[in-house]
Amino acid sequence: MKRLEQEPTMAEEPKKTKYDRQLRIWGELGQTALETASICLLDCGPTGSEALKNLVLGGIGSITIVDGSKVQIGDLGNNFMVDAKSVGQSKAKCVCGFLQELNDAVKANFIEENPDTLILKDPSFFSQFTLVVATQLVEDSMVKLDRICREANVMLVFARSYGLTGFVRISVKEHTAIESKPDHSLDDLRLNNPWPELKRFVETIDLNVVEPAAHKHIPYIVILVKVAEEWAQTHNSNLPSTREEKNEFKALVKSKMLSPDEDNYREATEAAFKVFAPRGFSQDTQDIINDSCAEVGPNSSDFWVMVAALKEFISNEGGGEVPLEGSIPDMTSSTEHYINLQNIYYSKAEADFLSMEQRVKNILLRVGQDPSSISKPTIKSFCKNARKLKVCRYRMIEDEFRTPSVALHKCLADEEYRSAIGFYILLRAVDRFAATYQKFPGQFDDGLMDHDVAQLKTIALSLLSEMGCDGYMLQDELYNEMCRFGAAELHVVAAFIGGITSQEMIKLITKQFVPMSGTYIFNGIDHKSQSLTL
Amino acid sequence: MADHDVPQSKSRDLDKLLLRHGNLVDPGFFPGPQLRNDIREFVKILVVGAGGLGCELLKDLALSGFRNLDVIDMDRIEVTNLNRQFLFRLEDVGKPKAEVAAKRVMERVSGVEIVPHFSRIEDKEVDFYNDFNIIALGLDSMEARKYINGIACGFLEYNEDDAPVRDTIKPMVDGGTEGFKGHARVIMPGVTPCFECTIWLFPPQVKFPLCTLAETPRNAAHCIEYAHLIKWDEVHKGRSFDPDVPEHMKWVYDEAIRRAELFGIPGVTYSLTQGVVKNIIPAIASTNAIISAACALETLKIVSACSKTLTNYLTYNGGEGLYTKVTDFPRLDDCLVCGPGILIELDTSITLSKFIEMLEDHPKLLLSKASVTYGESNLYMQAPPVLEEMLRENLSKPLYDLMGRVQKDTIHVTGTSLKDKEKQSIQTKLRVVFKGADVVTDMDTAIGA
Repeated sequence: MKRLEQEPTMAEEPKKTKYDRQLRIWGELGQTALETASICLLDCGPTGSEALKNLVLGGIGSITIVDGSKVQIGDLGNNFMVDAKSVGQSKAKCVCGFLQELNDAVKANFIEENPDTLILKDPSFFSQFTLVVATQLVEDSMVKLDRICREANVMLVFARSYGLTGFVRISVKEHTAIESKPDHSLDDLRLNNPWPELKRFVETIDLNVVEPAAHKHIPYIVILVKVAEEWAQTHNSNLPSTREEKNEFKALVKSKMLSPDEDNYREATEAAFKVFAPRGFSQDTQDIINDSCAEVGPNSSDFWVMVAALKEFISNEGGGEVPLEGSIPDMTSSTEHYINLQNIYYSKAEADFLSMEQRVKNILLRVGQDPSSISKPTIKSFCKNARKLKVCRYRMIEDEFRTPSVALHKCLADEEYRSAIGFYILLRAVDRFAATYQKFPGQFDDGLMDHDVAQLKTIALSLLSEMGCDGYMLQDELYNEMCRFGAAELHVVAAFIGGITSQEMIKLITKQFVPMSGTYIFNGIDHKSQSLTL
Repeated sequence: MADHDVPQSKSRDLDKLLLRHGNLVDPGFFPGPQLRNDIREFVKILVVGAGGLGCELLKDLALSGFRNLDVIDMDRIEVTNLNRQFLFRLEDVGKPKAEVAAKRVMERVSGVEIVPHFSRIEDKEVDFYNDFNIIALGLDSMEARKYINGIACGFLEYNEDDAPVRDTIKPMVDGGTEGFKGHARVIMPGVTPCFECTIWLFPPQVKFPLCTLAETPRNAAHCIEYAHLIKWDEVHKGRSFDPDVPEHMKWVYDEAIRRAELFGIPGVTYSLTQGVVKNIIPAIASTNAIISAACALETLKIVSACSKTLTNYLTYNGGEGLYTKVTDFPRLDDCLVCGPGILIELDTSITLSKFIEMLEDHPKLLLSKASVTYGESNLYMQAPPVLEEMLRENLSKPLYDLMGRVQKDTIHVTGTSLKDKEKQSIQTKLRVVFKGADVVTDMDTAIGA
């Protein structure tokens, strides 16, 4: 078999092939980010074990499991990472061993220590990690750990499984994503604002060419730019704005169609709305360039330095627009026209990139940073994704608990959110219950179920009162269900929550896609789970 | 925490759900040790597929109190499976997925019995599927889903009031994933929409117009598909393309590069070539874990009624934030698969033999070599020879008589249907209505809608 120059065949690079299916999602850069990340897991019950399993399979750099408990017989019924031989042994050791089996490349360690104790005694322990995933912690420990990780600038994700409910919550001061990779995003064609080179190219093509094959292989970009010009000439240089005008414009496009099999004209009619779309960029991007972090200084991150450059670009050579994304969607066209168009878009994107690169260098110099510290590929990616940048910020847990936002009241009143908010409150209430009674409500078959339900209700109501929500009632059934759950950690719920947790961790580490906002409350009763940003 | 002297039990956590009363439960929930034990002893679940979803499903079900599982998968393990199909190791590459998966779970979770079936789902007798309480699907194709859906819905019977007969409802739990997206759904034939009822949910595959491939390619995928779909046949007359043969894939890649160079199109890589030709769906462990967990949870709920069931379709997207939505899709009353059956109006004089002939020409069936069953009785069986001989005399009798002279009822037919040039064994139910003996029947209307 002839050896390929750039691309390895299936026979070579087994590592690459093993990760093939995920490389197609986050690419080499994402994979590298995962492989250089170090994760700390607190508590290796099924929730933590399942979360880590997914990361180990994906090739995470290293994992350190912190758990001081021994494997009990009950654990055999809910945790895949322990077996009958492990009973009586360190759970951290067993889980670590079984996880290691899933992927040789991962460095797996464990520490036999109770997470709550570690949080109290050795906060500096956590600074060494990229991300800490804390599962099954109670409120008190959550607050303490949150402070520690915030201080040390270590990413933190909380996860909890409790009967048929549970939650996942990210706690990071700020997370920025350049490659947010949204499912649907509008292409950047600038049909409403064509630049000189594009206009010049369009001029070289005659829409009224006689030969049928040529007529139906003119790409819609050309058609729409021409028709827009034609329109502007008879409408005071304006683009269609009212409903009638837009319909007229579409009719004008359609009128140039010579026969019904002209797909290019059909595409042009369907894409006509791109001509009257407003110029500029989204509110999200607007918010980012207006963010106070865009006023950069010597400690500013690469992201914000590039945002500062973007802001300058927009106000100057950008003429109110961000750098051109540079690619065009497929469309009916002759190969020649299409390739020419591609080159025109590519060239402008390149030119915009070069401007941005210069601005980035100047800003870095200005704030006293090394002007070559942000690489070309990074700046290029930033330019391509300028319309899709994402900034996520998360409140500290104690802030959320102490000063609940307005959203809480809204959720309590909204039918859609009722069960989710109910569980949110109850998940906190059970921790308070445990702090008082040294057990979770309904945890044991001790004949105290009615007492537990009543006490849980009292605690929940006082919690609501603390949060400024007197008068709100949670459904009675929820109290009963919560006590019925008795702090059970069911495998299927742990696997679900662990799955979500691992996915969020991947997004945080690779800085691709968009992490969830707020707290995800899992409702395993009817699957009407909700994300609550409180 | 307080230390309680309770004998330890493996089902410590599950017991809370199965042994205790609940408020938000399905009707028919009888909590107690009996329920837990019955699930262990008597409930049989079939997991279809031992890949990304299947591995997770086996683990989830084994750790949810189920002891009797079967798993069916026709594939062997490949290296590209290893980033998510966690029951497999590098040294397992080449071995049958079903067998290795079963072995690994049984090794880890004591007490669970998993019977592996290294075979195609079509190669199993229809009766095989009837053995299970619930069928959990971890499939990656529409065709496979349609097939199992057809089988499961084929067991469904309707009573005189056109209501589904409870005992004949074969629940299915179906999951699917693609990158960060996925879905989990509960199918109760006759009650919730079956796969066929909601076939519109699945968008058609992207196919490029032939003229684009042949004359005006514009991107790398066009060049690749040209090499794959057009050039291959031109050069390799007769020999069919096999994506699993590296030399074939390499040939397509080289041709695609040539074509791309001819047209000045960038972007053809070996990886893209594989992706386009094999229609590779990107896949990660986390999404599979989430969707399977949802499916396994529903399986537990359906069997035990320990909580309310998902009604009936969960959509999941984890790429942009976290998005889950539950939709209560309605059934199609006249669904060909889960509905009361294709209506066939017959004259009372039509013989069984004539009826079997009609099935071959019926536009919705195209069923050849049909065997016919009515309730518990076999009216005619094509095989085995002993049975065929025994029942041969029925062929000349009127179907009306063979069905006990009822005016209308459901019968089942099994046979070979020619679909997409491929012969498939299918089972369908038909609603037979006999027109009155004294009414002159017009042969044209004898075949139903």
